[in-house]
Amino acid sequence: MPVTVKTFTSTHDAAAALSSDHSARYLGGGTLVMRALNEGDISISTVVRASDQAMTRVDASGSRITLGAGVTFARILAERDLAFLHAPARSIGGPAVRNMGTVGGNLFAPVPYGDFTVAMLALDAVVSVQGGLGGREIALEEFLQSRDRQAGTLVLAISFAKPGSADAFRYRKIARIKPKGGAVITLAAHLPVNGSRIVGARVALGSMAPTPIRARAAERALEGRALDASAINSAASAAVEGTSPGDNALASAWYRREIVGVHLRRLLSGQE
Amino acid sequence: MAKTALQFQHNGRDVAIFVDGGTNLLVALRELIGDMTPKFGCGQGGCGTCSVLIDGELHLSCLTLAEMVAGRSVETLDGIKDGPNLHPLQRAFADNFAAQCGYCTPGMLMAAKALLDRNPQPSRAEVVEAISGNICRCTGYEPIINAVLAAASGGRARA
Amino acid sequence: MLELRKDLFADERDDNLKEIGKGTQRQDMLGHVTGTSPYFDDHKLQGMLHLKVVRSAHSHARLRRIDTSEAERSQGVRRVIRATDVPRNLNTLLSLINFGKDDEPSLAVDKVRYKGEPIVAIVADSPREAFEAIAKVKIDYEPLPAVFDVEEALKPGAPVVNEVYPKNTFTYHETYDRQQLRFGDADRALATADHVLEQRYQMSPIEHAPTETNGSIAAPDTNGRYIVYTSTQALFFSVDTCAKILDVPSNTFHFIGGTVGGGFGGKVDTLTEPLCILGAMLTGRPVRYVFGREEEMQYGPPRGAERIYIKDGVMRDGRVVARKVRAYFDSGAYTRLSSYAAVKCAAHLPGPYTIPNVHGDVYCVFTNRTPATAMRGFGVTAMDFAIECQMDKLAHLVGMDPMEFRILNAYRDGDMKAHRREAKNTALIECVQVAAEKAKWPLREEFKRMSSRKDGGGIRAAVPSTPRESHAPPVTPSQPRTTYDRAPAASREPPPPPPAPPSPPRPSAPSHGATRFSSVFGTRRR
Repeated sequence: MPVTVKTFTSTHDAAAALSSDHSARYLGGGTLVMRALNEGDISISTVVRASDQAMTRVDASGSRITLGAGVTFARILAERDLAFLHAPARSIGGPAVRNMGTVGGNLFAPVPYGDFTVAMLALDAVVSVQGGLGGREIALEEFLQSRDRQAGTLVLAISFAKPGSADAFRYRKIARIKPKGGAVITLAAHLPVNGSRIVGARVALGSMAPTPIRARAAERALEGRALDASAINSAASAAVEGTSPGDNALASAWYRREIVGVHLRRLLSGQE
Repeated sequence: MAKTALQFQHNGRDVAIFVDGGTNLLVALRELIGDMTPKFGCGQGGCGTCSVLIDGELHLSCLTLAEMVAGRSVETLDGIKDGPNLHPLQRAFADNFAAQCGYCTPGMLMAAKALLDRNPQPSRAEVVEAISGNICRCTGYEPIINAVLAAASGGRARA
Repeated sequence: MLELRKDLFADERDDNLKEIGKGTQRQDMLGHVTGTSPYFDDHKLQGMLHLKVVRSAHSHARLRRIDTSEAERSQGVRRVIRATDVPRNLNTLLSLINFGKDDEPSLAVDKVRYKGEPIVAIVADSPREAFEAIAKVKIDYEPLPAVFDVEEALKPGAPVVNEVYPKNTFTYHETYDRQQLRFGDADRALATADHVLEQRYQMSPIEHAPTETNGSIAAPDTNGRYIVYTSTQALFFSVDTCAKILDVPSNTFHFIGGTVGGGFGGKVDTLTEPLCILGAMLTGRPVRYVFGREEEMQYGPPRGAERIYIKDGVMRDGRVVARKVRAYFDSGAYTRLSSYAAVKCAAHLPGPYTIPNVHGDVYCVFTNRTPATAMRGFGVTAMDFAIECQMDKLAHLVGMDPMEFRILNAYRDGDMKAHRREAKNTALIECVQVAAEKAKWPLREEFKRMSSRKDGGGIRAAVPSTPRESHAPPVTPSQPRTTYDRAPAASREPPPPPPAPPSPPRPSAPSHGATRFSSVFGTRRR
């Protein structure tokens, strides 16, 4: 069956088209869906697009930030208010991929991609989706856990609270090729500090499971403590808990398990 | 098979074609327009040899659904010469031996042009960043970087 | 900066060339910077069809049944090509120079020997329709035990990868399961060496990853011939390979190539042309067969993996007195060019050093991995890597500076190499001296004064007494096989060990029992 392209002005109609057709995929920047078509993925026979301007809106003025699903990484790099997200945005692809790839599409990017989603997960982001029946909000972690079943949902936007300080959000991508390359692993941490203690620690890992995951044991090791050597040590040694990395051409599962604590230690202690 | 009519500007000229559903811009340019300058290298966004400018912005034509360029301007290597005269980047690539097998060259030149169009005096680090999505498997990056810097400084070699 | 030490070779050639040191533009540069250099895929032909292959999902399996009936009815399909459609469905690349037995089908017949091996080809109106038809081909596999490790493959009872070579090793000279190098008595020298160091080295396969993937376009010409645009690195080699597989005279084809988007050795295997031309023959239409990136990376042939064991004997004064090497070249499921790679392993295993006792066994081994092919010095690079790592370790073992250690052991003009060829035009000592100087690496004065032209030959020119091995397979006189191979079998006899004359002056004719050496056949060549 040849591929059919359906373009809608309303996200509601696009969502309905997506949810009613198992072979339909939403086309964001093209870096996933067009790639699949190029590689001969015949499970996709309908491509759905939405031209709603809301999909590309950035609202970064207040304490809660909302990024339309169609916002590109190049756009994030152009936003001064989003400076704390420049590191994850810049770590993705080369300039052309950043001009094309979107925040929404990144939620679906398989290992060794999906670096921006790791950052989003550490920020406790919420995903706004439009299903066949209506709109709803879903926690990113929950969204990722059921990602295999989300192909028929239209992601509209992603939102999260802006970190209280520049130092509270940290990001690190380990790649073999610089400045561009798939991730060996990706780490992001959000460490809000109340007084001198971390409250609401979030540590997210990419390429340590089929989707980005939270490192809950590391979070517990940091929770309620000052970010000192002892807390960093406990978090680093707990980093591997609950992970299930795979082997790929960039690294073996064994290697990923070996290095995740090392890089979490460096991330938390501010080492290069 | 249902085809979709599509109009856009190709190197400053209006073109109209009919595309099959799912056709990417690379195939549209090569097979329907006949512009063979963008190349197929991977179809995955990994190599950059299909790079073109869409409304002045660097894009990968193999990952661009052809219909997405409706009404927009697409620029390829075929359009950067000024009549019979080479573009300064083309001249600099030739003078600096910045091509070996030549297969990455169209994408490299478009990535370099995207850079110089908005940043006429880039640093070496900015050049490296600008071509970081383009793979030269003959590993000739140094002459390529030197060529872009040479073009940026109007042909004067920079340290 | 580049410095040409022409003085080292002043008497070797008339050195009045005028190009070196001048900037000369490449003739293809203008085409490259304007994007007009004609690569194979830059040809748009009317009514062109697209060929894709169904690849094996298993590394080793018997093919019980292949059902293409549904695929044949699939929309846009012009032709399904099966193994029986290929006129001569068995080939080996170097058969063109009578080296090796035909061992590889264009489309698998009774069994598949590596994951990704082509089984059926689909020719369709569009790539999408070809992909859809591929999904409709039903193949009933009977998975077989697979072997992925070169040493496992040589063990008794190992799965037989390729029935043409039932011992999982390439057969040299219709007799030998390995390349052997015997010079002096390595075992005896190892027994009396001050130190012995045995190490294991290994190199993984390396993918060439050319930016342009392998591919070709074939079209019926107006005169009954076929015009073929191809990415091949070896145009005439590909023409003849296609002529053999398709069983037609080679002038049936008009091959156009020469502009290759990166090859590095990965585009000599004639992977796409035979099926592409066959598709054009069977449909009467232009046919395009291009690898996708994943096909290129996964199923395109890599540089072959190697595993190398080196056991060296070294004296306290730094002289390497014995080298024993056992090496395995992983050919993958088919020979392609690996038989030749193993010859080069054997040629390089002594390194550029004068070692009086060398014992080498190099196996070209079949495994259920992707067939290996040429890549920039294949057969040489891994061996040299291993040898040079070993040299560093040996230097450390005897407490010598690694640069001086190499100068001490370097071959010199007039020395006898382990292959029974006299070393000529040697310059390793000078190379090391220059490298040390550039790196500001201190060398002792006596090492700075050493020269490749001094103190070689003499006793170092002797071919040592080499014990015959009782288990060695008998030498069977082989029939002359090509014009390149007319040597009498006697050239394989160990040459007599004449007492070496003092090196200078040397006679111009070979005088040490050394013969001209063909790197492929290991025999005399005139």
